[in-house]
Amino acid sequence: MPETTAEAVCTLADLPTDQARVFLVDGEQVAVFRMRSGRLHAVQAVCPHRGGPIADGQADERVVICPLHQYAYDLETGACTNGEQPALRTWPVTTDAEGRVFVG
Amino acid sequence: MANKQRLVVIGNGMAGARTVEEILTRGGGDLFDITMFGAEPWGNYNRIMLSHVLAGEESDADIFLNTIEWYTEHDITLHAGVRVTRVDRFAKVVFSDDGAQTAYDKLIFATGSHSFIPDIPGIKDRHGELRQGVFGFRTIEDTRAMLNYAAQHRRAVVLGGGLLGLEAAHGLARQGLDVTVVHSRATLMNQQLDAAGGDVLRGAIERLGITVLTECRTVGVIGGFREPVRGVKLQGHDDLETDMLVVTAGIRPETAVALTSGFTVSRAIVVDDTMRTVDDPDVFAVGECVQHRGEVYGLVAPLWEQAVVLADQITGAHPDATYTGTRTATKLKVAGLDVAAMGIQSPERPDDEQIVFSEPSRGVYKSIIVRDNKVIGATMLGDSRKAAFLTQAYDQGLPLPEERVSLMFDLGGPAEETSIAELSDGAQVCNCNGVDKGTIVSAVRDKGCTSVGQVMDLTRAGKGCGSCKGMVAQIVEWAAGDALTVDAAASYYVPGVPLDKASLMAAIRAQNLRSVSAVFAALAPEGKDDAKSKMGLASLLKMMWGADYVDERDARFINDRVHANIQKDGTFSVVPQMKGGVTSPDQLRRIADVADKYEVPLVKLTGGQRIDLLGVRKEDLPKMWADLDMPSGYAYGKSFRTVKTCVGKTFCRFGTNDSTQLGIDLETRYQGLESPAKMKLAVSGCPRNCAESYIKDVGIVAIEGGSWEIYIGGGAATEIRKGDLLATVDDEETVIRLVGRFMQYYRENANWLERSCKFVPRIGLEEIRAIIVDDRDGLAAGLDVRMQASVDAYVDPWLERREPRTPGQFESTLPLIPLPLVPIREPAHD
Repeated sequence: MPETTAEAVCTLADLPTDQARVFLVDGEQVAVFRMRSGRLHAVQAVCPHRGGPIADGQADERVVICPLHQYAYDLETGACTNGEQPALRTWPVTTDAEGRVFVG
Repeated sequence: MANKQRLVVIGNGMAGARTVEEILTRGGGDLFDITMFGAEPWGNYNRIMLSHVLAGEESDADIFLNTIEWYTEHDITLHAGVRVTRVDRFAKVVFSDDGAQTAYDKLIFATGSHSFIPDIPGIKDRHGELRQGVFGFRTIEDTRAMLNYAAQHRRAVVLGGGLLGLEAAHGLARQGLDVTVVHSRATLMNQQLDAAGGDVLRGAIERLGITVLTECRTVGVIGGFREPVRGVKLQGHDDLETDMLVVTAGIRPETAVALTSGFTVSRAIVVDDTMRTVDDPDVFAVGECVQHRGEVYGLVAPLWEQAVVLADQITGAHPDATYTGTRTATKLKVAGLDVAAMGIQSPERPDDEQIVFSEPSRGVYKSIIVRDNKVIGATMLGDSRKAAFLTQAYDQGLPLPEERVSLMFDLGGPAEETSIAELSDGAQVCNCNGVDKGTIVSAVRDKGCTSVGQVMDLTRAGKGCGSCKGMVAQIVEWAAGDALTVDAAASYYVPGVPLDKASLMAAIRAQNLRSVSAVFAALAPEGKDDAKSKMGLASLLKMMWGADYVDERDARFINDRVHANIQKDGTFSVVPQMKGGVTSPDQLRRIADVADKYEVPLVKLTGGQRIDLLGVRKEDLPKMWADLDMPSGYAYGKSFRTVKTCVGKTFCRFGTNDSTQLGIDLETRYQGLESPAKMKLAVSGCPRNCAESYIKDVGIVAIEGGSWEIYIGGGAATEIRKGDLLATVDDEETVIRLVGRFMQYYRENANWLERSCKFVPRIGLEEIRAIIVDDRDGLAAGLDVRMQASVDAYVDPWLERREPRTPGQFESTLPLIPLPLVPIREPAHD
């Protein structure tokens, strides 16, 4: 990515546990997950298979499952773990001392 | 090991990958550094299964035989999506379209075939590409493209009525298209069937709603410059309008690289009995790209035999191994019909004997050709139960019984089990993956497999088209005898926690685990959470703890997070409760107003006598529920769904009881109960059974004299089963109590996603009746109490509109995509 200027998309309190919300980052729809372990992940919000809403999927510490046809994607790498779908794009996520969440 | 030879394989389809597997099982990993080139950008998949993907019976992810990881695990360098352009066999180098040069010591051509596209005017555009809307049917990409196109179009024409064409037609018909098959010959599947068999097949295909035109040549494709296909021109027939055209006019061996690199190519790459090209002892070829003793095969069985010989030769495991050709016997499913064919199709000599049985109305046709008391050809359509034995008789030239009819039917002859015992070890059981009986038996006796699943994983038997699964199971059962086990993981309630339901519930109670995360922490291996297990655990814990359940929203499937059913475009459907299918002008007015206000694209009546509003944006859900001011109908959950009723004695002149009121009372009491799978009920006011009570999870039927019959375990979804009569009782109160008791027993004992039509036969009606009606084990009072607690814990989930439970619960998760994507559908008017 040419630009790395991160912008705060939300605060930690805005993110429900083990679920995602979707934010626009540089015109892209990005699903931000906050896991029970505290880990954060940012992945492409649209499933490459049939356009399903990834942020509506069920997740664990390793994968998220698209709710439409149950393709699972590794939250770290974006790779599809139970099929041959293209990988989800991923972004780095960070937080600051005030709990603001940054993507990109 | 040092000094490994470099082995390059051109082609990563079923032939290439299978050959490499055979090489690896002969220690080839120590002999060779293996590099594979595949023109398709992924691992190896089962091409035979593409028709199932097209029919929507399998997902494309399920048909992979070797994933990308498999290549890594076996130290194989895979160039997926890279095409080989030329071989320099004097320099021993392969050139590919990514500009690379790869040196080899040994080389294998496994380039397979491509769809043959006949030169029909208009079929291609100016650049030689297929016109928009015209498809071949050979690869995953073809299949995905067809599925996408089919979703937006109505009519399809399939050119070619062979095996592949009929599979394509069947798949597209299953996708809801009007399909016409255009076949230039008089007989469908003329390579396998004689004229009489073709007629029977035609009848069966037409009964699937597919139009068949035979002896009809396609002479042109209609469509303007740069336009998609609009139709086809036929000789001696009116033009046919269509939105898509699938070309299944056969396949041709892919020989271009071999030909331009100076190898001998006739109809295909010519090889000798050791699978070596006749030009170069270091270069082999295998599969559909091969011509051996004048034969070119387009079926999978010869490929397995060739792969074995090639591997024996190249590794030196059996330097004497030779391939001498395959007597092709095929057993497969075409458009859902069993077809088995071997040898010749009709008598060729005056004293050839033909035995024929034909039953067109059932789509059954059998024909056997006998010469010198040996089977030299056979065709079985619609019923291939005897195919395994015929294949054996054909392969080995076995002498035949005096009564020829016993070749076609089991006439009180040996039972199936005896037949399994009589089958020779070499008899091929799984044609898709080339597995014989001996291999299956050896997996049990020598390799320690004790369950059907283990054998299938090890041998791949039954993992192709699946038509042989039953026979694989029979052989495993026969070989394992008392040692047979059921796969352990198959008994887990959810995949991520290694416990069956009873043990899981006992552990949850003993350790007082009230949330899904607590169950993972205490009971899962290494405390690992598992997304696939969350929904089943959430349902189980809610059932067990009722109001004391700690509800973690991430454990819910999206439908249960927002109390609506997710649709293909990410919108939702809204079904308000309408007890017993009874509504009022006021409710209808509100529903109509809501549909207008929120621009609902489709208003549709459901099979459960309610009204479905489809295509609703997630963010509109809470507002719609408020405007409707009706409770949720639970048309989205693994839960108690609805009670369908007929009018009953209130208005119906035949009604003997008030079925409508009983339906309303049942739904009022049991609404929204979570359960292992959905529960659909019905109450009919007389044995005419207008509410279809016999095919419901629980169905009630009034009979003369004011009594009620209670049926359980019925269903008419993926399979049809008539419910079993649990009890006949005299009053509504007893109906409601027994129904509740049965449903509680089902909730506590059924496997996750096990519908009652599987559960009831698994437990057995007598057992269930003893527990529920006769209270043999003293369990009834406890079931009733726990059911009452669940009833008391009911809250209408649509009240969450007032206070969302998590941040962003009803926020769009595809904010840039204007939903709904599905256009508004107006009612048809004529």
